[in-house]
This record gives sequence, structure tokens and C-alpha cells, in this order.
Amino acid sequence: MLATERESLRHEVAELAEKYEHKRDGMMPILEAIQEKYRCVSDFAMQEIARQLGVFPTEVYGVASFYSFLSTEPRGKFAIRLCRTLSCDFAGKKEVARQLENELEIKFGETTPDGLFSLEYCNCLGMCDHGPALLVNNDVYTEVSPELVSEILDKYRRMFGPASQLEEKEAHHG
Amino acid sequence: MASVVHIMERYEAGSGLKKALSMARTEVIRTVRESGIRGRGGAGFPTAVKWNLCAAAQSPKKFIVCNADEGEPGTFKDRLLLTERPEALLDGITIGGYAIGARLGVIYLRAEYAYMRPGLEAALAARRTNKLLGKKVLGKDFEFDIEIRMGAGAYVCGEETALIESLEGSRGEPRNRPPYPVNTGLVGVPTAVNNVETLIACAHILVKGPEWFRKFGTDVSTGSKLLSVSGDCKRPGVYEVGFGISIKDLLKLVEGEDAKAVQVGGASGRTVPAKQFGRKLGFEDLATGGSIIVIGKDRDMLDVAENFLDFFVEESCGQCTPCREGNPKLLEGVHLLKQGRCSINYLRELQNLGRTMQAASKCGLGQSSANAFLDITEHFRSEILGRVPATKE
Amino acid sequence: MPEKRAISPKPQASSEKPSHVAPGGTAPTSEKPMTISAGKPGDIGGLVSVKIDDIDIKVPFGTTILEAAKTVGIRIPTLCYHEDLCLAGVCRICVVEVAKQRTLQTACTFPITEPIIVSTTSQRVRQARRHVLDLLLSKHYGECYSCFRNNNCELQSLAKEYGVDFFRFGHPDKPRYDIDRSSYSVVRDMNKCVLCRRCVRTCIDLQSVGVLTAAHRSDKTKIETFLDRNLADVICINCGQCINRCPTGALRAKDPTDEIWAGIDDPNKHVVIQTAPSPRAAVGEAFDLPPGTSVTQEMNTALRRCGFDRVFDTNTTADLTIIEEGTELLTRLYKGLVKKEEAFLPQFTSCSPGWVKFIEHFYPEWLPHVSSCKSPQQMFGALIKSYYAQKQNINPADIVSVSLMPCSAKKFEANRPEMRSSGYKDVDYGLTTRETAQMIKEAGIDLPHMPKSHFDLPFGDASGAGLIFGATGGVMEAALRTVVEVVTGLKAEQVFAEANVIPVRGFEGIRYMEIKVPQTGPMSDLFKHLVKRGKLGKDWSWLKGATLKVAVAHGTANARKVMEDIKAGGQFAGCHFIEFMACPGGCLGGGGQPIPTSPSIRAARAKAIYSEDMGLPIRKSHENPHVIKLYEEFLTDGPCGEVSHKYLHTHYTPRGDYLV
Repeated sequence: MLATERESLRHEVAELAEKYEHKRDGMMPILEAIQEKYRCVSDFAMQEIARQLGVFPTEVYGVASFYSFLSTEPRGKFAIRLCRTLSCDFAGKKEVARQLENELEIKFGETTPDGLFSLEYCNCLGMCDHGPALLVNNDVYTEVSPELVSEILDKYRRMFGPASQLEEKEAHHG
Repeated sequence: MASVVHIMERYEAGSGLKKALSMARTEVIRTVRESGIRGRGGAGFPTAVKWNLCAAAQSPKKFIVCNADEGEPGTFKDRLLLTERPEALLDGITIGGYAIGARLGVIYLRAEYAYMRPGLEAALAARRTNKLLGKKVLGKDFEFDIEIRMGAGAYVCGEETALIESLEGSRGEPRNRPPYPVNTGLVGVPTAVNNVETLIACAHILVKGPEWFRKFGTDVSTGSKLLSVSGDCKRPGVYEVGFGISIKDLLKLVEGEDAKAVQVGGASGRTVPAKQFGRKLGFEDLATGGSIIVIGKDRDMLDVAENFLDFFVEESCGQCTPCREGNPKLLEGVHLLKQGRCSINYLRELQNLGRTMQAASKCGLGQSSANAFLDITEHFRSEILGRVPATKE
Repeated sequence: MPEKRAISPKPQASSEKPSHVAPGGTAPTSEKPMTISAGKPGDIGGLVSVKIDDIDIKVPFGTTILEAAKTVGIRIPTLCYHEDLCLAGVCRICVVEVAKQRTLQTACTFPITEPIIVSTTSQRVRQARRHVLDLLLSKHYGECYSCFRNNNCELQSLAKEYGVDFFRFGHPDKPRYDIDRSSYSVVRDMNKCVLCRRCVRTCIDLQSVGVLTAAHRSDKTKIETFLDRNLADVICINCGQCINRCPTGALRAKDPTDEIWAGIDDPNKHVVIQTAPSPRAAVGEAFDLPPGTSVTQEMNTALRRCGFDRVFDTNTTADLTIIEEGTELLTRLYKGLVKKEEAFLPQFTSCSPGWVKFIEHFYPEWLPHVSSCKSPQQMFGALIKSYYAQKQNINPADIVSVSLMPCSAKKFEANRPEMRSSGYKDVDYGLTTRETAQMIKEAGIDLPHMPKSHFDLPFGDASGAGLIFGATGGVMEAALRTVVEVVTGLKAEQVFAEANVIPVRGFEGIRYMEIKVPQTGPMSDLFKHLVKRGKLGKDWSWLKGATLKVAVAHGTANARKVMEDIKAGGQFAGCHFIEFMACPGGCLGGGGQPIPTSPSIRAARAKAIYSEDMGLPIRKSHENPHVIKLYEEFLTDGPCGEVSHKYLHTHYTPRGDYLV
């Protein structure tokens, strides 16, 4: 990590910690804010959080490694989470899962090389009556079918990279 | 039996709160006690007893926490309540805070519901403007505010002590009980943790009185219950029913009568086979936080068991031996059964293990994670034994 | 150290956490000692009736079922429970039936607050115990034959006790994890870990170092360092307290016995061993002697029979340390009180390598306060390969210098790059008490029945002051016995009854004492060089009427408290001399001592050390004739002179606590 990146991260963590009066109960909100911005909680971030909250870095690591929505390794810009609970399973999640892997060319648990998408399962999104359900960051999609998968992904692809890239791809695959 | 509209009734912001603040705290608790309401999150602890213990505990600082970590597979009734009835909830939290003597309420909202946060924050901001929150709520000598804290993807944090640990900035590992949160809770002070539905019901109870609540349900399981029904039925969705409804009648309501089994209470609940569809929902027999999954005739019960055990293997916090090590063993057993390679003896060992997990685990997760396995291996023997897989092993 | 009661029956008001907690780590609240609100009327004088297995007893409100059962001789097995540590309640092996409770309850955590009926032997309980063991064994990789905890392993003992006769849920035939051998002192083998969390509670809570944590979730839960880095790459002080409390062989010290045997077997090598005071009061435990049985002179014989060419007494250099460090303290006092210059008071002791690494990491800006004296081990190492080698006409390159210590951090200390004052690696191997017991057994020697023998010359037997280094407060007491005599001209017995400085003894975490200097005496010849150089006055009159303020802390959590107090300008900032020991109990509780450890075991070892001190002919460091001879023959320009600075003093490395 560049020295300038460290400095700005240090400032950010300090500001966040200030908001929570440097108390340990600020741990989760701070971790979530860092995860949101940087797509992971890096070793340096964990160390700074520890410093600001008066705990050991290992304790921050213990907390960060516990929760599914926090990671010490970078996740994709868009984290795709497919619900694998029974009702969504009954509604056809396996097929959706397959198609996601096809579209993204990665397996569940991985992140695309361009860092745009990461793919994982999650447990019950609370959309059991409209399954299969999936989350992309904070956006919920219900009644997802394999056909809808590429539509959903395109929406996010369009937010990144020039439209021409997308058109090129479409032309190539006809 | 039909569905009812009871706590799903429209609610005027501040109506229950106004009533509550005109009473003494003890009167508020008495009103709740007379309704007989028990926790709607699944555990079913009498709400008035919880509030009373908390109120009686000596401490200058106390908290009330709304458990919005709806993570039980198949449960989505809180999702509906949080989006459609936030005012009732916020009133309920404030009423509870008043009753126990807290100045701060915390909503622990699961990460998967982050999209609801802006709406809830807006509702809170409006309340502060309208004096429903603040230094002098509704002009009375009662200071109260509500803060939203997010979860981060851990089902176990729906357990109240794990939730508290998470709020304190630790791993979501349940605590030893006793002592209980009503005595030693968030940062060591008395804390009442209540489910979303419970708090909304209490708000209604304050407005309309305890007798109104007792209009539905049974003597032991008073009131109505929101059920989130999904799976192999024609009309999945959120239903409000009176406690005491039988599964048969419920299935009629949701048009899923030719089910093979119904999972009552989510992954940690009971798998009820068709021959037991006469059983009734309620704390007397089949308690549930609301999750009802209808399992159709063509489903493989081992797939169901596998799905649930996969869930528990992932969501176990990992602290205690029976749950951490036992769930993978049960899952392994299901794999063996699927391959047709499980002896009766070993199945018996696993069932014994399941019973030990129920008895010796540290928290409700471990104590109920073996339920589905035990139910399925008991009620669906013919289906699970002696399989010959189609593909080569 | 203060006994941590499982439950304290006081009503707890609000949180006691300050708004900014000093980096002292906090155990997860679930594992902190619990409090419960006051009992109901009807409790007789705070006693509660309880029936355990048909035995009726009354216990104080808040007593756990485990404690209650102990009082009537009912054994309930435990694994994650440890007397020194806060509660966990995670292994679930201590579960018992409590009437009216649907589930089994853990005896170690369940407080008795109202009359209950407990059964420790029902079918459910027996099955649960077996299942817990079967499940642990289904993951526990390692053959007992090839494990250093064979015959002293809690998992093994429980398996035997509960009749494990087959692996109900299987047993792994290959390891899941690599073994971390990166550290000089501690080796981690997570394949044997039973996730009892004792090491985590020890490191975060008891020692306030914070190396280990439970990471990840569910069956992927593993005890890891920060991002699972090598132990050598994180801030581990090598104190080994985690090793002492680990129930299995997951944690062990780095074992050099193979290399030492090779040295012994090599006819060209001259293998010498110096032995610290604490192992002598503890090594017997490995031979089934009760804790606190001193076997010093039997051990000397045993070591010679193993093949060590010489057996030396580390207490001799402990005496030397007292003279060097006492002198250093006096020069600092002179500098501060008379010359009014920065003297870096309070002076901190430096003989505990765990403490030294602790301060190097966490309080590096305070390093100037640490005495420049080496530890007795390292002083000895330097002298053996210089003074001794010259005197005996042995090539230092042929000397294998071993040191028997109760300590795991000494292994790291011996490998410090600056520890080469003799021109060679001053101490080749740090050997723990446990490893020594192993070597003695391997050689077929029955230690308890060995004839007694003294230590070898030229270092001989040492004083009682050197011996008490092994207990917390011992260094302070030894220093006071000397400093008091040197400065006042009185006999130590005239100031402290029987020369025992009781206020600095005991297991209280932090102890403080003030000693008024009533009179001063003549300057000793020993300091003439320092007087000449202006480091000391021509007499001690400048100390007359002064009040010497000293403190003792043991366990690094207490060390941290003292350091934070000093930083904040509190009481301890006004001290002149502070003894810091990394390990609870002092060296007698060191990371290399026999396992298990408990407050009563440590108390027994301390008792042995202090009573041996009482029986020795010489009890003050400055009266040790071998030390006096050393100054005459070798350290000719006296304490803190050039020669002693070359061999006996050292410098430290500010390491800081940044991992990233």
C-alpha cells in the first residue's frame, strides 16, 4: 500500500472512530464502512482500527473474519450473493447458479479478474415467496431466472467501462 | 380457518406511545402481561416477564434492542413489517424502552436488509421532528432515541446474546447464560432484546388493550402470528393467523394440500410429515418464528436435510464442540445416506449425536440444528435408506 | 496475581470501560467474569442450598456448580476451564443435569443463585461427554506416541477416563494445517488444537499481548495470529504462557535436545549447563514429586550423568546481576538526585526476556529506563566463553553453552544478535525444565533418588538472594538486601526481619513498597572506579533521609497497567526501581515449566524457593565469594566498568507494535 493510501486510510479510520468515541462498539460500523468503500478490510485498516479502538489487531481480525459480509481479501465492486435456502432451491436456484458461473466465467467463491464481480452464496434473503433471490451489493432481485442473469449483470457492467466495450462484446457473440 | 388482519392493521404513529406515556411504567408492563404475548421471534419467552426483569434490574443505563436479524430460512415476515409498518415498530421500541427504563433503543438490522435502512432512518428523523423521539418525548419527562446498527451476515447473531456481542464489536458468539441479558446485557447493563413482530404487537396492545389481543389464538398461545409461507404451494406469502391453526387448515389457505411435509420454524424447526398435519401451531406444540416451508410430494427429503445442514455448518459460530463438530458429522451422514452407504448402526449413532447436540450445545442454534435431521430420519425411513445412486460412486 | 472469581455477586451498574481503553485488549464479554444482581430474600446468610447427586450442601450465592461439586469430592471433567483464566464454557464436557432446565448446563459457568438439584451422572450426561470427546478426536490429528504431551495430555486423560475405545466419528489420518516453526520459542501445531480458547484468553486477557484469536467461523474456526502469519512475524513476546495452559500438544516450545545430545556425544565438545533457580523447584513434578519439592542437588548429579561436563549455578550471575544492576541504580539515583540530570528513573529490571520484548514492542520510547544489565543467563554465557574458557584453557569454539531455564523466551534471548560479547554465541541453547526432565528420563536416570552434589567451580554455589530470582519479587528483594547494606552500613537483618523483605513477596499483581533510608554508611571499595569517574559520590550521605520507592509487577497485563500509570504520571512514575516479570508468578511460572500450572502449584514452587533461601549459608549477593573473586580477577574495573559493560551489559531494539 502506498504511503499516501495509508495516510488517507488512517484519517478515515480516525474520523470514524471519533464518531463512536473510540469505543469498541464502533467496531462493526467502522468495519462495514471500510468494507463498503474498499471492498475489503485490509491488514493496514485492521491495524488502524485496533489502534483507534484500543484493542489488539488480532481482535479486529477475529471479528472481521467472522462475518460473511466482511472480508480481508478484496471482493468485487459488485458482490453478487445468491440465496441458497430451501425455498429458493425449490424455485430453481441451481440453474441460476450455473448461469451466473457461465456469465462471469468464475466459480462461486471467486472474484472476476477485473475486480468487478464477486460471486458467493448467502443464506435466506427473506424473499422466499419470490425465489430465486439474489443480492448485488444492496440491490435485491427476485424471481431470477437464468435468462434474467445476463440482464442483471449488464446493468452493472454499464456502470463501469465504456459502452463501446459492451457493444463490442455483443457484436462478437452475435 | 381463515387469515386475519390483526397486528397487520394500519397503525397511527404515536398512538400506542401516547397511551403508554399516560400510564406508569408498571402499568404498561401489566397491560402487556395481560395480553399473554410471547416472543414472536421463535423462542417464545413471555414478553412481560422479560420487560419486568429488565425494569426491576438496578442500573442507571439500560437498552432495548429490536432484533431485526431475520435470518431463519423461510422467514420474511419482518421484511414486510419493516417496510410496511415502521411506525408501529418504532412506537413499540419506544414503549418498551419506557417500560424498562431505557434511554436508547437499538435496531439491529441484518446486512441483507441494508436497502431498508434509508427508509428507517427517514422515519426516525421524522420522529425526532415530531417529538416522538428526543429529550422530551411527547412533551413528557421521558428521553429516548433509537439508533440503527447493521449486522454483517451471521445468522447466529439472531440469538440475543450473540447479537449483543456483535453490537459490542466482538465475534457473534453467544454467551454463557445465566446471567441473562435482562441483568447483564449490552456492555454489561440490563438489556431487553425483542423481535420486530413482538414490538409491533405490543404497540397495538397498548392502543387497543390486552383483551383485543386475546381475541385470537389459544389460552397458552394468545394472539395472532405472522407466518411467512413459501415452497411448494400456489399462494406463498405472509399470512396472519390465530395461534392454534392446524397445518392442514394452513395448507388449505395457501393451496399446498398435497404436500409431503411441512417445515415449521425454518431450518431449526420441525419437519412435520403429512400424517401429522393435524398438529396445531402454537407454543403448546409447534412453535415457530413464522417460517413455514411447504415440501411437495416430489421433493427428496435428503435434499431438504442436506440443505438445512449445509446452512448450519456454515452459520454455526464455532464456539462449542457439539455444534461446531456435530453439524458437519450429520451432514456427512446425509451424504452417506444419499450415496446409499450408511449403516443402520451409524445412523443410530448420528441420531444419538443429534440428541446430544440438542442437550449440550451452548445456544439455540446448536440445540436445534439437529431437529430436521432427527425428524427426517425418523419419519421418512423408507425414503432415506438403501438408496442406489444412478451414477457410479 | 489476584484470583479471578468466576462470579462476583455484586450488582453491576454500568460498564466500567473507559472511553478509550489502553491497548490492553479485552476478552469478549461472553468470556469475562460474570456478575449477577443481588439474591432473593430467603437466602440464608448468602448461602444457597443445592443438592448434587443426592448430597445436600450449602454454598455461597454465585458459586458455580463446578466449585460446589469440588467441595464434596465430586469430579466433573473440564477441558476449556482453567483456574487462571476467565470462563469460556465452550468445550461442553462439564455439562450436568440441572432439574427444570431443558438442556444440560455447563458446571464451570452455571452460578448457583437459588436452590437447585444437580445430577452429574445421567445417561444424557455420559453420552454428552463421550460425544464431545469423540467429536474432538474426529479432528485431532497426531499420534500420541510421537507427541511431547504423551502421558501428560488432558485430551488423552479424558479419553481414558470416559472409556473411549473406538473412534465413533472417525479420526484423521493426515494433517489439515502446516506446523508453524518460525519462532525461536513457540511452535504451533493446529492439527492438535481442540479450540478450548485457553491460549486466546491467556494471550489477550492474562498477558495483554494479543497474538492469538479465534478466526473465521463454524468448523473453519481456527486459532490464528493476525492474518494467520507466522508467529515470528507478529508481536509475540515468547513468554510461553499459552504453552503452559494448552491442554494438548498444539503448543510447545522449540526443542533443542537433539542438538544438545549431539554436543554431549561429541568428544571434542565441552558441554556446560547453567541452571536457573526455578527449574529446581519444579523439575521434580515431571517425576511425580509434589509441586514445590526442591531437587537442586539431585539435579546436579543427574545432569552430570547425562553427560554435561560442568553444571553451573545461574544464581551466581544472578548475584552478579544484583551487583551490576544495584550499582546502576545507585549511579542513576546519584545522577538524578545530586547531579540533577536525566537519569531515566524509575529503572526497570531487564532479566525477563519476555518483558524486554514486551517493552520493545509496546513502550519502546521507555527503553532507556530498562537496566542495561543482561539477564543472568546471558551474563553467564558471556563469562563462560571468555573468563571461564581462558581460566580453563578451553577453546571457546569447543564450548556448547546450555542454559536450563523455566523460560521459553530465553530461547529467543540466546539468539539475539547482540548476545555475542564473548566473540561467540554466548549461550548456544536455552533448555526448558520440561526438556531437561525429558533428557534425564531418556538417559534412564531416576532423578529423585540421585545422590546430592554441589555446583561446579569456578562459579560454585550462590547466595539465597540469587535463588529467590525465581519468584516474583525475588529480584527486588535480592536487590534490596544488597542496596540496603551497601548504602546504610546496616545489616539487612536490621532493616528487614531475617533479611526477608515480605512486602515485595506474594502473588498480588502489582506491589509497591517504600523504604526510608535511616542512615548512611561508608562507601565500599568495590565502587572506587565509579567514584573516581564521578558516577558516585565519595559517600552515601546524599541518600540520607531519602525514601526509596519500589514496585513489583508480574504478568505482562500488570506490566502494562504499571506502564500506563507511569505514562500518565501516576504513582509508579515516582518509583525508583521496578521489577517486571513477564510470567504470572515470576519465573517459577515460566513458559518452560512443567505443565499444568495453577495458582496453588505456583504457590508451592514459591514456598520451596523461599524456604531453600532460608537454609542457605549466604543470603546476600554481595557476599558471594565467587562473585567477589570474579571482580578481583576479571571485572577489574568494578561494577558498571568497561569490562563489565563489554560482557555483562547490552542494548535493546525499539521494535514498535506495527504489524503492517
